[in-house]
Amino acid sequence: MVNFFDEFKIYGPGFLEASWTVFGITILTIAVSWVCGLVAALAQRSDWKAVRMAAGFYIWFIRGTPTLIQVFLIYFGLPQIGIRLDPFTAGVIALGINSGAYVAEIVRGGLTAIQRGQTESALALGFSPAETMRTIILPQVFRIILPSITNEAISTLKNTSLLSTITVVELTLYAQTLIASTFRPFEFYIAVAVIYLLLTTILTFVASWLERRYANLG
Amino acid sequence: MSDPLLKLREIRKSFGDNEVLKGVSLEVAAGEVVSIIGASGSGKSTFLRSINALEVPQSGFMEFEGLSFDFRPESRLFPTPAQLQSLRARVGMVFQSYNLWPHMTVLENVTHAPIRLLKMPRAQAREEAEALLSRIGLYEKRHSYPARLSGGQQQRVAIARALAMKPRLMLFDEVTSALDPELVHEVLVLMASLAADGMTMLLVTHEIAFARDVSSRVLFFDKGVIAEEGSPEILRNPESERLQQFLHRILHDRVAHAVSKSSGEGAQA
Ligand SMILES: Nc1ncnc2c1ncn2[C@@H]1O[C@H](COP(=O)(O)OP(=O)(O)OP(=O)(O)O)[C@@H](O)[C@H]1O
Ligand SMILES: [Mg+2]
Repeated sequence: MVNFFDEFKIYGPGFLEASWTVFGITILTIAVSWVCGLVAALAQRSDWKAVRMAAGFYIWFIRGTPTLIQVFLIYFGLPQIGIRLDPFTAGVIALGINSGAYVAEIVRGGLTAIQRGQTESALALGFSPAETMRTIILPQVFRIILPSITNEAISTLKNTSLLSTITVVELTLYAQTLIASTFRPFEFYIAVAVIYLLLTTILTFVASWLERRYANLG
Repeated sequence: MSDPLLKLREIRKSFGDNEVLKGVSLEVAAGEVVSIIGASGSGKSTFLRSINALEVPQSGFMEFEGLSFDFRPESRLFPTPAQLQSLRARVGMVFQSYNLWPHMTVLENVTHAPIRLLKMPRAQAREEAEALLSRIGLYEKRHSYPARLSGGQQQRVAIARALAMKPRLMLFDEVTSALDPELVHEVLVLMASLAADGMTMLLVTHEIAFARDVSSRVLFFDKGVIAEEGSPEILRNPESERLQQFLHRILHDRVAHAVSKSSGEGAQA
């Protein structure tokens, strides 16, 4: 049997690279999902019915269909109407749009937790509705939703494994190629699981650090 | 009387088919302190909120510091969003629930609007805020978050936050009603000192004694109209039967409240 350090030398760099890919996809996906989620949550409070309905449809569609199908729609479906994306971009967009619907629901809950008086006192001083939202309401919402938004980020992180199906060389696909030549699924999937655990744990630590930072306020 | 600072004519406001303001007219001269009293639901808050257009009336005219509005929706003088903002920036309002922003320190609460809206340099905004906070006796608390302050302290900061915009007119909507009785005094003292400094004020209050002492004029609201109006003297010698009944009821509630409170304390002892 080959010793552990030799194995690490052989497969380590590949796993590291795949981990970076997962990390990159996750960060970009979170960014996309926050934008989608914020826009959808605000759209749900729009004065225009069409805008509210569009946001409602988005959330309803995403939450009611499997994530894998959404990924396939973006990567395999869109080329049919002339939109061809590389696997990485398609993956980020698909997962970002997916997670955005859940972020929208979280943000919506956060917004309802802020008392009406917070907005009124800002408007009464002469702030525009947009400025009130940006400088008074959203900073408070962010503190409230931090725990739920962390959970959502962790789901996103784990969902990156779905992108193995559209040829993104992330951890799962990388492990699968190794397994195909070594016939040792147990070790390699364990390795993938351990790396994911490490990444989710780091994410949790960052989030609880942020939460502690804000804990002393209001 | 010189040109009034604020002129309101025939202000009407309905929520659905509930007509809350049935054509209210009022002129306020600079330096006047006008107290508004009246039963719950008579439209006092709605009236104050129409003055800075937190509630936009369905019709009526308004003049304030060079702004003139006609609130009929089809009117050419219907306020634009920018005009509304400029009106609100010059009219300070303080609410029953202090509504300080919990994610900002006391100092940040007070400097936020001047920095953003008046484009005041940070250092100057800070200096002026510190002067205001010293005046209300809360300079030491400037780096605290609102959650660490008592209700009375929070309400004083809310007043300072409004004053930081250097408004020409201040609106107070039952600003002591949410406070524990022992904290009411400090807020009233601050308001009395503002009045003494010549600030033009409109205040909705249930503190009849306070209204009598500081106001130049008292308005009695009843079912969406000003039912009686005059010097604070009308609180001693009300003319209309409705005001008599209202004052009687308030007095009665006070006594009942005091009695139940002292008997409660007696029971505890
Ligand atoms: N945003 C609103 N939507 C619908 N109805 C409203 C709204 N605001 C006030 N009203 C109604 O208008 C009427 C007058 O309310 P307002 O708050 O002006 O009374 P008030 O004199 O301030 O009473 P209180 O002493 O209880 O504060 C009430 O019947 C109230 O239900
Ligand atoms: Mg009221």
